[in-house]
Amino acid sequence: MAVNLDKATVREKIARRAEQEIESGFYVNLGIGMPTMVANYIQPDKQVVLQSENGLLGIGRSPYEDEVDPDLINAGKETVTASVGASYCDSAESFGMIRGEHLDLAILGGMEVSETGNLANWMIPGKMIKGMGGAMDIVHGSKKVVIIMDHVNKYGEPKILKECSLPLTGKGVVNRIITDRAVIDVKEGGLELVEVGEGWTIDEIKDCTGAGLKVHEDLYETKQ
Amino acid sequence: MKDIYTSFQEAVRDIEDYSTIMVGGFGLVGIPENLILALVESNAKHLTVISNNCGVDDWGLGLLLQNKQIDKMIGSYVGENKEFERQVIEGELEVELVPQGTLAERIRAGGAGIPAFYTPAGVGTPIAEGKEVRTFDGKEYLLQTGLTADYSLVRAAKGDKHGNLIYNKTARNFNPMMAAAGATTIAEVEKLVEPGTLDPDHIHTPGIYVQSLIEGQQEKRIERLTLAKQA
Repeated sequence: MAVNLDKATVREKIARRAEQEIESGFYVNLGIGMPTMVANYIQPDKQVVLQSENGLLGIGRSPYEDEVDPDLINAGKETVTASVGASYCDSAESFGMIRGEHLDLAILGGMEVSETGNLANWMIPGKMIKGMGGAMDIVHGSKKVVIIMDHVNKYGEPKILKECSLPLTGKGVVNRIITDRAVIDVKEGGLELVEVGEGWTIDEIKDCTGAGLKVHEDLYETKQ
Repeated sequence: MKDIYTSFQEAVRDIEDYSTIMVGGFGLVGIPENLILALVESNAKHLTVISNNCGVDDWGLGLLLQNKQIDKMIGSYVGENKEFERQVIEGELEVELVPQGTLAERIRAGGAGIPAFYTPAGVGTPIAEGKEVRTFDGKEYLLQTGLTADYSLVRAAKGDKHGNLIYNKTARNFNPMMAAAGATTIAEVEKLVEPGTLDPDHIHTPGIYVQSLIEGQQEKRIERLTLAKQA
């Protein structure tokens, strides 16, 4: 049975699932938009350092009114605070720590992901091109890249495809895709379905995915 | 030794038409607000501007756009500006989009005497078109060139009269690399102090990179005020 949830509930569901990718001790970059929401659900027993590519290692909570410093923002240009033990750096150093693979995990949004782990998330031909920001660097810079997005677009078409139709952000960069319906890993031989969301069956996930899916063996017992 | 200005108009007076200028800042944070305002007034045209973003419609580099002073913009994200979109569509403005980390490193390289370097960012994407790809240890990389400028306009929290600069929090961003990559670097500082006042161990930009300084007060506009809910 397909599940219909409102947009906010879907986003929260995806963000909560993405939080489980974060282990205590991790340095993590969260992309702009839905990925930023993941920070709201980080379990208090986990020690996590969030990196902001504009030069902050250790993003804190949003400021109270009397704490606002206009010189302190995250990469989404929102006012933030610095966490205890944070550090600042310039943009070259910030991307040096990204490109040098010092981060454990990056959680980013996506428009399309291919079965070889190609990611498209920065431009739609024919529409105004705003720029890639830091996305093209960040996809190469983390030990693990997790993409969170809706499983299908607003027309109900798959966003997980054999080949991306949109211009790429990175080639062969995605390790895991978390959607409102499933969790899918990018493996050597293609995509592997590792989790099926509540209310969905394996066949329904296959039907709304535009690339072949191997099914992780543990799933058959619980979801068939 | 350094030129210390008291007038922003004076500070940007030598910037001529067709100059390439780097402008520090990420969004509106860390931008040299008063130097930009003075550049609008100076009316220098046909500029090539290198900056991560291009301001908003009525502030920062957006003001230079409105005054049609920019021919070419090199940046990583220009989405906050309607006039920008109009000028691109009308063919009045040329844009070169560069991944943000590549942009930062191109500027760093330019200031450090490195003509080019390889980076994984952008391999297999539209920005790889026409660029050399080379494989190291089985992984592909793009050749990217260093960037320099005729002028760099930067902003710091504190500067001394030897040109040493200290930035505040995330207002540092692109400013230090740009200070090094500009043939002439003009620093707008919130507070100008005598040499010896700043701890040499705390200097972010050593004075050698800075040719002139001016003290000024900024508005520090906030693009996205996000507050915690009061408990």
